[in-house]
Amino acid sequence: MSTQSPSAAAPGAAAAATSHKGGFGESIAHRQMNAQEHAGTDWANPLRDAQDRRLPRIAGPCGLVIFGVTGDLSRKKLMPAIYDLANRGLLPPGFALVGFARRDWENQDFAQVVYDAVKEHARTPFRDEVWKQLAEGFRFVPGEFGDQAAFEKLKETIEELDRLRGTNGNHAFYLSVPPKFFPGVVRQLKESGLADGGENTWRRVIIEKPFGHDLASAKELNKVVNDVFPPKSVFRIDHYLGKETVQNILALRFANEMFEPIWNRNYVDHVQITMAEDIGIGGRAGYYDGIGAARDVIQNHLLQLMALTAMEEPTSFDADAIFAEKVKVLSAVQLPEDLSLHTVRGQYSRGWQGGEKVIGFLDEDGIAKDSITDTYAAIKLEIDTRRWAGVPFYLRTGKRLGRRVTEIAVVFQRAPHLPFTATMTEELGQNALVIRVQPDEGVTVRFGSKVPGTSMEVRDVSMDFQYGEAFTESSPEAYERLILDVLLGDPPLFPRLEEVELGWEILDPIEEFWAKNGKPAQYEAGTWGPAEADEMLARDGRSWRRP
Amino acid sequence: MIIDLTDTSASKIGATLVQARRRAGSPTTGAVLTLIISTEERHHYDAMKAASAASREHPARIIVAVARPEVARTRLDAEVRVGDDTGPGEVIVLRLYGELSAHADAVVMPLLLPDVPVVTWWPDEGPDVPKNDPLGRFAQRRITDAAEYHKPMAKLRARAAGYAPGDTDLAWTRITPWRSMLAAALDQFPRKITGAAVSGEEGNPSARVLAVWLRQRLGVPVSRTADEGPGITGVELMTPDGPIALTRPDGELATLSVPGQPDRPVALKRRETAELIAEELRRLDPDDVYAKLLQDIDVPFTEPLKVAGPTVEKAAKEAARLGEPKPVQVDAVEESS
Repeated sequence: MSTQSPSAAAPGAAAAATSHKGGFGESIAHRQMNAQEHAGTDWANPLRDAQDRRLPRIAGPCGLVIFGVTGDLSRKKLMPAIYDLANRGLLPPGFALVGFARRDWENQDFAQVVYDAVKEHARTPFRDEVWKQLAEGFRFVPGEFGDQAAFEKLKETIEELDRLRGTNGNHAFYLSVPPKFFPGVVRQLKESGLADGGENTWRRVIIEKPFGHDLASAKELNKVVNDVFPPKSVFRIDHYLGKETVQNILALRFANEMFEPIWNRNYVDHVQITMAEDIGIGGRAGYYDGIGAARDVIQNHLLQLMALTAMEEPTSFDADAIFAEKVKVLSAVQLPEDLSLHTVRGQYSRGWQGGEKVIGFLDEDGIAKDSITDTYAAIKLEIDTRRWAGVPFYLRTGKRLGRRVTEIAVVFQRAPHLPFTATMTEELGQNALVIRVQPDEGVTVRFGSKVPGTSMEVRDVSMDFQYGEAFTESSPEAYERLILDVLLGDPPLFPRLEEVELGWEILDPIEEFWAKNGKPAQYEAGTWGPAEADEMLARDGRSWRRP
Repeated sequence: MIIDLTDTSASKIGATLVQARRRAGSPTTGAVLTLIISTEERHHYDAMKAASAASREHPARIIVAVARPEVARTRLDAEVRVGDDTGPGEVIVLRLYGELSAHADAVVMPLLLPDVPVVTWWPDEGPDVPKNDPLGRFAQRRITDAAEYHKPMAKLRARAAGYAPGDTDLAWTRITPWRSMLAAALDQFPRKITGAAVSGEEGNPSARVLAVWLRQRLGVPVSRTADEGPGITGVELMTPDGPIALTRPDGELATLSVPGQPDRPVALKRRETAELIAEELRRLDPDDVYAKLLQDIDVPFTEPLKVAGPTVEKAAKEAARLGEPKPVQVDAVEESS
């Protein structure tokens, strides 16, 4: 979205040709966005031209510091994303990457680790000259997260990079560490004077979920971070929001005329949002036990997907406008009155997952035999707005389900009158529009069609648009997009504090109810969840889609 | 799957495509555009490869039209490729023999996908006025490559005269990374620019396009140096504090020097054709910046071209044609210092 920022809209004749970008020139919000870019100067770069859409935005001189650089996320996602960004020419010359971890490494050892990670996981082909540009900016600082001396060393390293590589005092700190270390690291950053680089520089901090495990802890975490970094310097990563298909929800809804008129309670029967994983908890017992599927997935990813699906049209595409609409929807969410009837949680038991024999959750290493942590959660929510009153949103997530899939299914009401006999439409279901977020990104529309033959018989068919038919290989990874946006200081794709807190306000009562009442239902690994979840929808006269 | 059709017609080719897709189990197509490649036999394979690679980003029906006027008997042969390793879309190679070679548009027209944009690309010399070419007429976007002709400036001038909205040239596409890096450098080091210098391979149209663009945007004199390349080798923007310099002697790794700041390495590799085509396909509306640039393409430079190397006579002829001062020979050693 940044490459097609509204500021690129050309006035006059050119705007008419590109009226999809808004041919009316710039709104106040847009003008403000432009003004901010050159705040305090009346200098305009003569090489920039609003009509010149070929020039991408390149991040200014800066560096990235990763805490917990030895972790999986760092090796599989962050390092490859940085390489891919460099390969696409979007990183500034002189970009620096500093690793911080409890390892006895030299800079070269670190470079080797990055090299291996890039070779194995990068999306774009490996090119020597790109590697050369990057590798000169690699540094490693060994140390504990509470070690004052190590942070002093980090500060020296950063200052040296400003001198040698020209990072100009601009640095982002990526906390790829368990949340219990956040307070320590953030405080150390402050005490070592790393949180503030002085005038005309920026310092940003990037944190990953979980943003707490309930409202109280989320607030505490925010307090810790906000004590040191101002809100606009805090970037919370929800990697779902960096996905092309999620951004495409906005394009689908607001760039088209044919969906929005029916995107409301008059036509929509209900919405199902599913995120299913086929894997178990793997080695993450320590993190997962006590957290569970609802906190891990529903609180952030699914509520974000719901907000994007249900929100009103933002007045512009900038961060504040989108944020305002999302918050409106999230604050209008209503929980069902009887949580026992409209929420379900489960745990996978042993079974056959796609031909492989797998153990149950309670048999996993590090999980207590009497754990009541949910590996499956399904909840029903309603949104009290004129648009959605009475339309249930069913959110479900789980591990060890049938297959890995994330999708949003908008299921429409049946036609009010069918000029056919009952036998003709026996096989006709409800129309549905399904946005597949991953894998195999795309949109499916399900509607009735006549079966060939002499008799009139109507049956459901699917019409498929594969967003990823070919794009998958070339479209950027979520982390690429998000890291670039952090370096550019472009916040639309990052959930803000209020969204996180609203998420907990929605989920906390459900978690409290679960903690006090009953135990998770068991479901066989490789199936689509416990029978109770099917009953939950059956109560409303509906059924889950098989994704 | 490759299906060969000899002595065929457009409708037979269309039917074959539908059949092939149905056999592959996916009777619909997700293509977002039709890409026509008008080329010669010897270039068609590379062009097809490049287009297929670009179609990973922009799924397309690719129609390669190879004219073979030298064969006397009028005939149409076709090669239909669906779902093989060339890319996700479908490729149709048409060989137009004899009289038919002048009527490629009649064969291509029924094969265009409904509704979606049409792009025509000439990987070789290409027409002077793309809009008037039979295969350029129904395209929203017409991609030429001045560098493929032995006198690129002559082509650029002809195309400037015959410009129609939607025209674009790979000589312009090639300099996008240079332009974006220079713009970014200036974002970070905002100074008044008092002059500029471009050095690049003798006769390289992109070097001239870049010099014209800088002159146009900055409104300052631009001096030019011709060397042995490869491609563009360096740009300098003079500021009161000293020059901002982006130099790329080897065609791969460049160095950005900004006054008072450490030198920074920049990966600025010369890009493959597939990447250039992918960039072109990203936006299909007219490129107004290119149009404006073409207007000034033959406005003479006031400073003589500095030539390092033996080609000063050729450069002199070119300068005379454009009404520019006679090039001066410089020492290659001095130039690179």
